[in-house]
Amino acid sequence: MSETTALPEVRSREAERKAPRGKSFADHALVQLTMVRFRETLREPEALFWIFVFPILLAAGLGIAFRNRPADVLKIATVTPELTKSLQQEKLLSVQQLDSNAAEDALRTGKIALLAVPGSNGAVVYRYDDTNPEGRTARMLADRAVQQAAGRVDPVAASDQFLREPGSRYIDFLIPGLLGMNLMGSAIWGMGFTVVDARRKKLLKRLIATPMPKQYFLLSYLLSRILMLVLEVGIVLGFGALIFHVPVRGSLLDLGVVCLLGSLSFSALGLLLASRAKTIEAASGLMNAVMLPMWIASGVFFSAQRFPDIVQPLIKALPLTAAIDALRANMLQGANLAHMAPQMGVLAAWLLVCFALALKLFRWR
Amino acid sequence: MLGSSPKAALRVSGLRKAYQDVVAVSGLDLEVRAGECFGLLGPNGAGKTTTVEICEGLTAPDSGDVELLGLHWNSDAQQLRQRLGIQLQDTQLSEKLTVFETLRLFRSFFEKGPGANEAIELVQLEEKKNSRVGNLSGGQKQRLALACALVGDPDFLFLDEPTTGLDPQARRQLWDLIEQFKLSGRTILLTTHYMDEAERLCERVAIMDNGKQIALGTPRELIASICAEHLVAFSAGSNSNALDIPALRRIEGVRDVRTENGAVELQVTELHLAVPALLAELNRQNIPLTELSTHSATLEDVFVALTGRHLRDE
Repeated sequence: MSETTALPEVRSREAERKAPRGKSFADHALVQLTMVRFRETLREPEALFWIFVFPILLAAGLGIAFRNRPADVLKIATVTPELTKSLQQEKLLSVQQLDSNAAEDALRTGKIALLAVPGSNGAVVYRYDDTNPEGRTARMLADRAVQQAAGRVDPVAASDQFLREPGSRYIDFLIPGLLGMNLMGSAIWGMGFTVVDARRKKLLKRLIATPMPKQYFLLSYLLSRILMLVLEVGIVLGFGALIFHVPVRGSLLDLGVVCLLGSLSFSALGLLLASRAKTIEAASGLMNAVMLPMWIASGVFFSAQRFPDIVQPLIKALPLTAAIDALRANMLQGANLAHMAPQMGVLAAWLLVCFALALKLFRWR
Repeated sequence: MLGSSPKAALRVSGLRKAYQDVVAVSGLDLEVRAGECFGLLGPNGAGKTTTVEICEGLTAPDSGDVELLGLHWNSDAQQLRQRLGIQLQDTQLSEKLTVFETLRLFRSFFEKGPGANEAIELVQLEEKKNSRVGNLSGGQKQRLALACALVGDPDFLFLDEPTTGLDPQARRQLWDLIEQFKLSGRTILLTTHYMDEAERLCERVAIMDNGKQIALGTPRELIASICAEHLVAFSAGSNSNALDIPALRRIEGVRDVRTENGAVELQVTELHLAVPALLAELNRQNIPLTELSTHSATLEDVFVALTGRHLRDE
């Protein structure tokens, strides 16, 4: 102990030391670490593309490719002007009048779905392939037009109500899927690459050589993730709502809770994947191996129900399945958090297990 | 322990550290006095970095004791972290951040010390304050790393090979900065494999080889310890084999003679007597000179004298 007391005497610069001054909020280590993380992400053009532009391009492309089209008009032919006239009353049919050879030819080669020819005593004969759904539809439409032209009155009055409202289209299914995929990708990549890169550059080692509280470092990643989350979710949802009128029927607060829990679970998974890797190559192999099965199995682009029953419990236990199911339930069915309890439970379990393992395995150098 | 100098800022005893198949440090004792700049010298692989990282609390030793500023890593880690300034070998700071942002981040970890702007002035990076770290030259990056070590106003500064890989001008600039900090009374532990760096900056140096200390003293003492102030090197081309080495040893003022790949090196105390005598002797042996040079003994020569190897032989 004698040397401890001797030390201050040799510090000749004691006088020039600054008295400890109160630190502003912005100079708090956690705030600085979070700001630095946020800045680093925003200054990475590739990351910005994958987080913000890519999901929008994907949604726009798939939304256009799978848009709902009005019912097709069927092509049919007749050989007499009388039949042509009565069939033209039906708007879902496009009628041509041909001579009989040309008409038979068109029917054989599939250019028309049905050929209507006069029979004996004012009757009509429909020639079509009854194994072809278009032919059968054309038969019903043509017969209705012919009968009505001849004066038939339907005993029951009927009218149509078209169901094309938002919520049941492919784009409505797709947007929550893309949102879930985006939550996973940005959390795992954002966590994995930056941690491994900092380890590779020995920046992690440099940081633990300072008095920085280690939990602040990990906490700063989660905080900056939440900041990014607001932007990511906002952009994808806003795009879906403005361009495709995708509905959000559940409460926005619940949706926020689902996104937050999902993002934290994926971040914990990303941290776990990055806890040991020393090279970007090793980390990216690991991350792709974990994410690829989920892209396919978790119902981003098509329903996970298509997989055999025997693997369904496994698929439901994946974090991406849970996140997407919860997002769809909120946005499309207006479900509240209580209804999403199983999915929230799955996400919380992933969060706890991954985070605990990551803390145990994490290497600073 | 209490019997040794009361002004020791760092005391290392019986330090041992082995990795899977290499013994990096094998039984090292060191003492760094408060306020001095102490140099740890040695070739790559001598165990310098392992030693320093154990002292910095980044690596746990297999055995041995480290007492730093009167404190110990297992009981006073947080207090020690606040009082140390550390520059690690080849850390790459985040390239996307500016100089100012980087220093502000590091400053936020410490309770006291100069602000980011002040630290930038200390290492003369004012012009680069708002430049991204990725756009700095090697010398500027090293100065920034030094600033990061200084933002906590440390009592003890660790500099691990601060000028490795820099051009001569950048090295001299960094030396000037380190000399300024010495004036403010900080204790510095510097590792280097540049002997000229140690001679210029360090009050005392320990030379390490194969995980052990093989010499300790002021640069002047160490040079004097090889009993020669000058070195004379000559080459006799293809006639080297015919040289009568024992005859060279008998020349007045020659302490030792070493031969390496046809080149001959003499450790000499009195140059003005030894050189004419050497020329006369070579003339007598009828050996023509192809090259002759002399220089004052340096720490490099001390290392060669002690180990028979050059410092930068890999």
